[in-house]
Amino acid sequence: MTAVSMVVNGKTVSKDIDPRTLLVQFLRDDLRLTGTHVGCDTTQCGCCVVHVDGLAVKSCTALAIQFEGSQVTTIEGLANGADLHPMQAAFREHHGLQCGFCTPGMIMMAVDIVRRKGNDLDDKTIREELEGNICRCTGYHNIVKAIHAGAEAMGGLSKAAE
Amino acid sequence: MSATGIGASVRRKEDFRFITGKGQYTDDVNRHGQAHAAFLRSPHAHAEIIRIDAAAALAMPGVVAVFTGDDLAADKIGGLICGWMIHSKDGEAMKAGGHPALAQGKVRYVGDHVAVVIAETLSQAKDAAERIVVDYRVLPAVVATSDALKPGAPVVHEVAPDNAVYRWAIGNEGETQAAFAKAAHVTKIDLVNNRLVPNPMEPRAAVGDYDSGQDAFTLYTTSQNPHVARLVLSAFIGIAPEHKLRVIAPDVGGGFGSKIFIYAEETVCVWAAKKVGRPVKWTSDRTEAFLADAHGRDHVTHAEMALDDKGRILGLRVHTTANLGAYLSTFSSSVPTYLYAPLLSGQYAIPAIYCEVDAVYTNTAPVDAYRGAGRPEATFVIERLVEVAARETGSDPAQFRRKNFVKSFPHQTPVIMCYDAGNYTAALEKALEMADYRNVGKRKRESERRGLLRGVGISAYIEACGIAPSAAVGSLGAGVGLWESAEVRVNPIGTVEILTGSHSHGQGHETTFAQLVSERLGIPIDNVSIVHGDTDKVQMGMGTYGSRSGAVGMSAIVKALDKIEAKAKKVAGYCLEASDQDIEFRDGKFTVRGTDKEIDFASVALQAYIAHKFNGQDLEPGLKESAFWDPTNFTFPAGVHICEVEIDPATGVTHVDRWTAVDDFGEVINPMIVEGQVHGGIAQGIGQALLEGAVYDAAGQLVTASYMDYSMPRAEDLPNYRIGMTQTRCPSNPLGIKGCGEAGAIAAPPAVINAITDALGHEDIAMPATPQRVWRAVQKMAPKLAAE
Repeated sequence: MTAVSMVVNGKTVSKDIDPRTLLVQFLRDDLRLTGTHVGCDTTQCGCCVVHVDGLAVKSCTALAIQFEGSQVTTIEGLANGADLHPMQAAFREHHGLQCGFCTPGMIMMAVDIVRRKGNDLDDKTIREELEGNICRCTGYHNIVKAIHAGAEAMGGLSKAAE
Repeated sequence: MSATGIGASVRRKEDFRFITGKGQYTDDVNRHGQAHAAFLRSPHAHAEIIRIDAAAALAMPGVVAVFTGDDLAADKIGGLICGWMIHSKDGEAMKAGGHPALAQGKVRYVGDHVAVVIAETLSQAKDAAERIVVDYRVLPAVVATSDALKPGAPVVHEVAPDNAVYRWAIGNEGETQAAFAKAAHVTKIDLVNNRLVPNPMEPRAAVGDYDSGQDAFTLYTTSQNPHVARLVLSAFIGIAPEHKLRVIAPDVGGGFGSKIFIYAEETVCVWAAKKVGRPVKWTSDRTEAFLADAHGRDHVTHAEMALDDKGRILGLRVHTTANLGAYLSTFSSSVPTYLYAPLLSGQYAIPAIYCEVDAVYTNTAPVDAYRGAGRPEATFVIERLVEVAARETGSDPAQFRRKNFVKSFPHQTPVIMCYDAGNYTAALEKALEMADYRNVGKRKRESERRGLLRGVGISAYIEACGIAPSAAVGSLGAGVGLWESAEVRVNPIGTVEILTGSHSHGQGHETTFAQLVSERLGIPIDNVSIVHGDTDKVQMGMGTYGSRSGAVGMSAIVKALDKIEAKAKKVAGYCLEASDQDIEFRDGKFTVRGTDKEIDFASVALQAYIAHKFNGQDLEPGLKESAFWDPTNFTFPAGVHICEVEIDPATGVTHVDRWTAVDDFGEVINPMIVEGQVHGGIAQGIGQALLEGAVYDAAGQLVTASYMDYSMPRAEDLPNYRIGMTQTRCPSNPLGIKGCGEAGAIAAPPAVINAITDALGHEDIAMPATPQRVWRAVQKMAPKLAAE
């Protein structure tokens, strides 16, 4: 067993774990943060995307012990209390989800796309940037719409904060 | 229309938990003291098991138990079943080979279940599974659909020495022959409907639990129909009687058919929970899902269409070989028979149809229903035939269809179905208009200037949803009834719980069913909750597949609401001192006709429970009603999809440039959700046409067993969709609903292939139309173009 300590959704957590524990297993099994999902075993589907030190990471393809001391945000930590993150709200408003299984990874990736590409996104950029996230229900049409709207709303918020 | 009633695009009630990570899927369920299961799977497509030695595995750290087929047999746990009996045309019953949950003596496909290891952790279980020693005697395997019936092919099951599960036929052979005899033109095609892997994003999972104090089992599982799972696990497999077995399907992350079936892993987990005295959890990884989830499609078909000299269809003759894999999955036998051939008439008036289907065993994963189930295969046959026939006879494909459409209803086809209502011409005209069909030529020339080939493809599909009535499907061999149940529980403060036998795994029932109740009872939508997916809460139900939850499931709710209204009127009558015959109910208020006396729904609910205004001998207290609804007919959604592609002849890459869908789903409860269903269906249909295909090598190894190898449609592969609707009410259910869940997956494949072949100058192409296949077709077509 190996000791690991990191900050998850603002709380410091320390656990003794099997060194081969993947970050997603640590989040789901050790911390019971089951909002992060596992949809494949080859880093293709993106159901497991979380933010580590501000970057989007596929938590199924990284060992938990790699993130000693890191700041991790999962879908459970994205909303500000009862206030949904604008990207979460946009997915609901634009029907960007059906079964909901890929949704946490989609939303975490969408927030990361906005961080990297800005608030004014075109369809082509969004579709290209979703290369690592698979949805089987929506045909992506409404996910693309939701990310447009979520990105704009995030821009509005950051302008308001200025 | 109210803001939350029928016809409103209400935002989904279930979404909050999904967007905040609070969904509860089966793998999120953890029971105190649970152990983890890992399955040892066959690495061979076909082999005898000589010996299984688990000694080394049992000695591994954390291992609780190792079980094989012998352990299941010793406990008299029965095999998995196929619930639909098909008879061959000679009257013989289909040949169902034994399907043990863990192999007994033989494995029949790569991924077949050999043993299960149960250990403290999943890693320990997987480590130990690698230490089980199995001696196999490898046997020759039969893999390809078209090889199964060849003389001398390896035999998958001894009960079917020629690998034929059945040789079935439908229609009138004599009349069809006569139609072909007088034909002015006959169009012939050969088609392969490629094998697909359903791939809901949530892999299957199960948590089995046993309460020794109650002698009762609970199974949490990824199921589209938990009651059917309980019925099969109880009555056929013999886990426990139904009152001692609770099946819970919590949030389920997509199904597309693949979670209808009762599989080995779920069976083993619930059985093993008692054996080891602890909850047992299993979650499929994606490779296991590729190997062992039921696959879809896999037909090889020859089809012919007879035309008169005016381009009218006289007859249709089809022969299909359908691959059912190594074992008969739960509803597999019905898919290439009654869910397929009765749709071969498409939207067309065809006087004579005859279809033969040979279903075969091969050493591949079982094949069963996948989104559309039989209807996409039928639509692919008829819409490719119609397109090719139009081209061969020099007709415009739209005009050819228009000329042959069914135009009056009801319309009895030669293959069982009686189409009840529709307006096929209206959908076609609207789709042509929305797609700007008249300017396709201009766009083709514009593409050509950029060195690209543009093509347009039409697909006019029909499907049959809400399979029923029960007596009719029973006469066709179904082992179950296909009604649905509902219970309406009105609480004393006027809030309502709806218990439904339907199951939502992405369809949004918590919203659409609540819309119906909100509208009908005149209460806020937030006062309604939908309960489903738990056999201890909902007494019985048939689950969700075949686009049945609106047409059948909601109709059951309507029937129960009728009873609620009748009872509530009686209570209101006592409260308002009037006869219930004089009570009217509208917008949540009961009034005495012709007076200003009124009482609202919540007050009536309270009065029903406190029972102060009436004598309990005259009227039972309480306000709770249940109903079962068995439809009088299938429903027949139909529509026209138009696809426009652009092909780069240098690379063979096909880009879907435009997609227009015009569908007739009858009445629509929530247009936002319905359009979402159409989007998702089209994506799966484009996936089948361009990207997806399960590939086995000659030895029976699944080559496409991960997302690195099996090409799932991604955002970049797909266009935005233009969605339109036409509407004819369905006459066979009270809401007029036809169903929308499968339409896109049914319509899309022929639309894409018709478009590609149009771009390629009618050179045929197989699905998936990969860049390599398209590029090769371009090379074949180049000399033709050069010669012109």
